[in-house]
Amino acid sequence: MNALLDFVALVGRSVLGLCASSGRLTMFAARGLSHIVRPPFYGRAFLRALVEIGYFSLPVVALTAVFTGMVLALQSSTGLSRFSAESGVASLVVLSVTRELGPVLAGLMVAGRVGAAMAAEIGTMRVTDQIDALSTLSTNPMKYLVAPRLLAGLIALPLLVVVADILGVLGGFIIAVLKLNYNAATYLTNTVNFIETQDVVSGLVKAAVFGLLIALMGCYHGYNSRGGAQGVGSATTSAVVAASVLILAFDYVLTELFFAR
Amino acid sequence: MSDTPKIRLRGVTKSFGDKLVLDGIDLDVPANSSMVVIGGSGSGKSVLIKCILGLIEPDGGSIEIDGADILKLDRGAREAVRAQIGMLFQNGALFDSLPVWENVAFGLLARRSVPRAEAKARAVAVLAQVGLAETVGELWPAELSGGMQKRVALARAIAAQPDMLFFDEPTTGLDPIMGAVIDGLIVDCVKRLGSTAIAITHDMASAKRIGDRAAMIHKGRIVWTGAAADLMASGNPMVDQFTHGRREGPIQMELRR
Repeated sequence: MNALLDFVALVGRSVLGLCASSGRLTMFAARGLSHIVRPPFYGRAFLRALVEIGYFSLPVVALTAVFTGMVLALQSSTGLSRFSAESGVASLVVLSVTRELGPVLAGLMVAGRVGAAMAAEIGTMRVTDQIDALSTLSTNPMKYLVAPRLLAGLIALPLLVVVADILGVLGGFIIAVLKLNYNAATYLTNTVNFIETQDVVSGLVKAAVFGLLIALMGCYHGYNSRGGAQGVGSATTSAVVAASVLILAFDYVLTELFFAR
Repeated sequence: MSDTPKIRLRGVTKSFGDKLVLDGIDLDVPANSSMVVIGGSGSGKSVLIKCILGLIEPDGGSIEIDGADILKLDRGAREAVRAQIGMLFQNGALFDSLPVWENVAFGLLARRSVPRAEAKARAVAVLAQVGLAETVGELWPAELSGGMQKRVALARAIAAQPDMLFFDEPTTGLDPIMGAVIDGLIVDCVKRLGSTAIAITHDMASAKRIGDRAAMIHKGRIVWTGAAADLMASGNPMVDQFTHGRREGPIQMELRR
């Protein structure tokens, strides 16, 4: 009987802990987002975050997109040839890249690169009293540190995904034409004919949500880190893991919203 | 002259979980004076100063500045009070991502009170007041020695010419000569600005140099107040044990067995 009660207590504590964490995160997100639209605005901090998230992530996102497009063309050609449906390679590549792989892979790469850096930077500021120092200098840390990063994440990731979409399709095109001997004009015509506005728009909406999630997780875990270097390390890990899992979960939810019949 | 102290604390309490850190603090700091708060590690000194700054919300009691209880003020009024306080953190807490001059001018730029060029000129002038050359302004905090970081942090604290100055362990981690230099700069700045100062420290030499008055905190309570000059001969057994660094006495270190 005691073992059963202990088990129920354990489950109860876990559920309550989860509810408390979710509540804290929601409050943090609401406060951060509200500061985006309330002055004063920190333009320099926003531009710095935009360059950090967007510009410096370009190489890794570009490489990921090109190779993903190349692999997709190779794999789909092999698979579709069994059904004599090789003409479907172009449509499969463009739909996969714009709807799913562009935003999800760009999101995961940026989560690893930027989410970790964000959590480490803000976490270090927390444990070295820099966040308290901001408060003593008439500066709201949520407004100066969190809001610019949330806005930058929201804007930068869709821009990165536009690049990823183009390069992903280009990667597929290169393999299809140079290795699989597809006709270039036919491949491009198939690509253009199959793609619809909704495919691209849904990908960009996903990217905006993922960008916000990455910045939110980086800021939240960094802002609440405790206990010196070890605390900052834990915050960094938590930020990347949480952002990655949330990206995949929200990808399903958004796909359901956009495409479920 | 008004009898109202610049800063008055009454019955301030603060707990973290079941650990009582401040247990009814009463403290008066007269205007234009320097109060040094001494006490062992974990006695509640830093929490006390953070409560006055508004970085930590106390559980009970009152904190009056110029006779107004800041705990009862709305957010805007509290921000206005906080803007009158300059703070020197224990480790400097300089912003790594900004050059030295922007660290010093941060408060001025944050309040949007002056343009950037003017803020930079004022930062250079304040750096000169703490004995640092104009070229230091272009360096990054990571390029400075510990003593220089403390001086930059002091320059940042005084840049907006605050009414009150708080110092958290200003000489920790510095050699005795640099500690004396920082103490001298603190005394100069406080006198020049006519500020009211609170310094927390466990460096006795520093306490005597900085303070007009002194208070000792132990287990979250003020156990003695008096003139800083009397610290070494206070007649209070706890203060005597602390200031002379004796192992035996009324203060028992909590050691894990």
